[in-house]
Amino acid sequence: MAAPMERVIKQQTERSTFKTTSFQKKTRSKLLSIPGTRPSVQNGQLLVSSGVTSLDFLLGGGLAVGTVLLIEEDRYDSYSRVILKYFLAEGVVCRHRLFVAAAQENPDDILQELPAPILDDVAIPKPVEQPRLPCESQESLDSMKIAWRYQNLPKVQTALVSSSRFGHYYDVSKTMEPEIRQAAKSHCFYLPDHPQKTSNTHSQFLGPYSALLKSLQEVIRQEGFEVAASMSNSQNPNVLRIGLHSLGSALWGDDLCCSDSPEHRHSLVTFLYGLRALLRSSLAVAVITLPSHLIQDRALMGNITRLSDYSIALESFKGSERETNPLYRDYHGLLHVRQVPHLNCLASQLPDHKDLAFKLKRKQFSIERLHLPADLSETVSRVSRGELPGANAVASACGSATSGNKHLDF
Amino acid sequence: MYTELNSILNTSPESFTKGDFILLSDKQSDASFLIHHFLSFYLRAKCKVCFLAMVQSFSHYSTVSQRLGVSLAQAKEKGQLVFLEGLQESLSILIPQDEHTGSQAMNFLRDPKLGLQDLYEFVSSKVKRSCGGEAESEEWGPPVLLVDDLSVLLTLGVTVGAVLDFSHYCQATICSKLQGNMVMLVRCDQEEDEGDNESPACLLKGLTHQSSLTLDVQGLPTGYCRDIHGQVEVCWQRRQGDGQNTQNKLFQYKVHDKGASFFARGTSSAVL
Repeated sequence: MAAPMERVIKQQTERSTFKTTSFQKKTRSKLLSIPGTRPSVQNGQLLVSSGVTSLDFLLGGGLAVGTVLLIEEDRYDSYSRVILKYFLAEGVVCRHRLFVAAAQENPDDILQELPAPILDDVAIPKPVEQPRLPCESQESLDSMKIAWRYQNLPKVQTALVSSSRFGHYYDVSKTMEPEIRQAAKSHCFYLPDHPQKTSNTHSQFLGPYSALLKSLQEVIRQEGFEVAASMSNSQNPNVLRIGLHSLGSALWGDDLCCSDSPEHRHSLVTFLYGLRALLRSSLAVAVITLPSHLIQDRALMGNITRLSDYSIALESFKGSERETNPLYRDYHGLLHVRQVPHLNCLASQLPDHKDLAFKLKRKQFSIERLHLPADLSETVSRVSRGELPGANAVASACGSATSGNKHLDF
Repeated sequence: MYTELNSILNTSPESFTKGDFILLSDKQSDASFLIHHFLSFYLRAKCKVCFLAMVQSFSHYSTVSQRLGVSLAQAKEKGQLVFLEGLQESLSILIPQDEHTGSQAMNFLRDPKLGLQDLYEFVSSKVKRSCGGEAESEEWGPPVLLVDDLSVLLTLGVTVGAVLDFSHYCQATICSKLQGNMVMLVRCDQEEDEGDNESPACLLKGLTHQSSLTLDVQGLPTGYCRDIHGQVEVCWQRRQGDGQNTQNKLFQYKVHDKGASFFARGTSSAVL
């Protein structure tokens, strides 16, 4: 069959040009090519991986450079910490620079606990094939003898950009080897090392966060992460990954979580405004975790969400009665996507489903749509008709309102 | 600019009412697509535009305006557009440096009790210069002020009273004296407590009273839908000449890559 064969050949040549040009929209500014980043297919923006591939998929391909991801912590700060560590580990593997700030513990301790990357998993890019003449070589490789109807379908491609892969997998049960970790340069900010200067009247409004913002600006300036500086130097541009742990908690000197009408009501939002100003003009991405369950004021939470770009909330089942509920036995918690920004375009791409749940497996942090486990018991009715967020198909039409162990009753 | 919105509002770049204060508000959705509409509309109408962009960078607006067919960089060079990038100016105030290079407009960040007087001085100086008698400024039409958005000023600590004063001063200068237009965006969350005096809802009530046209963007009352992004309620407060006081119209909208389409309720292309 001549026609399908030609289509396959055309796909082959297109795919080979795909690898060399690394598909980008035509923009006036030249797109920087930094290892570990790729341009978004929607609007040509530069994206970095957050370390969790399913989260990348939810957020539209990855985190755009110059934005802030806000993670509302779960109650015991277990899974939000895991995501922060994935983010930093991804930075180490992609040779990005790191900046970690924490008030509760030394940032070095966080950096010691990064998960180990699964490196033998990285696919080796196939050598680019020259487009061959449509003759017997193609036939021998690509023609299918039995399932020839499927010949026209595109082959599954693990798309790679230049040298490194976008998005890696990590093994949470092992920690990263020190040799790998030291390959990436990191800056640490431990709050007790920076006592608050009271003489500075300009930054009184930032309160406890003024030292942090100043330190961030210094790092960005000195290491050359500003976009203007990176474009003019032709040295290798790089991305700075900023991880800020538990902002807004009392350990930062902020009383947002402590009282109903806090004195430092505007410190955190002013800091987020300044952070957005810094990031929009530099090649950096920030991930902030925030104990939102301690903040009573919903309007304040709304302001904080609006001043960050991406915002997700984690709700783990640990310690709640849902932990033992058999409906949730496959998952560790629920994930809510609160906000996805629309940068350089008019419309944002919110995920289609609102009912997402996550599970931390050894080699993967998976986020999927919440679905009920298979009901393999003898009885028809479910064990408990508890509250389920967003799941539509729980109550069967003919079932009664009360849960029971009765067999089929009409 | 979105042609359907122009026909709903009965305006076009060639003829639009002067001296209008247009208020954009949203509740748990995003009305910033309307700001892009008005920005490209007034630039096409050859007005002198003063844009206070508090929440996004210049490149964001410039990229979106390019899709709508207007070049912000060119307008800035020609002098038609005065762009205040709040984010950039604020950094020099938030992180104190020895040499202070930014303009005085964002001084409210130093001490919010000062109010927005410096911001108003900035606006009036930029706007009055267009009518100052320079030869080349005759080619631009009446001045227009666009603000995106006012509620971020509230979150940064400015009081509702100060923001209302600012909008009142701007209205007196731009709309009444210079016969220009004003467009401001206010973003709210869900219903706030009645006793709270510093909420965006309070600000919204005050501004609605001052405005002549409000566009209120909300999500659909039935929930999230991929094909219909929400509904817009258009409300005229005053009409010159006609006896009718207020008239409300409700439309649903969907935002695409290059614009937004508006349609009557229930007539979305996904449904029909």
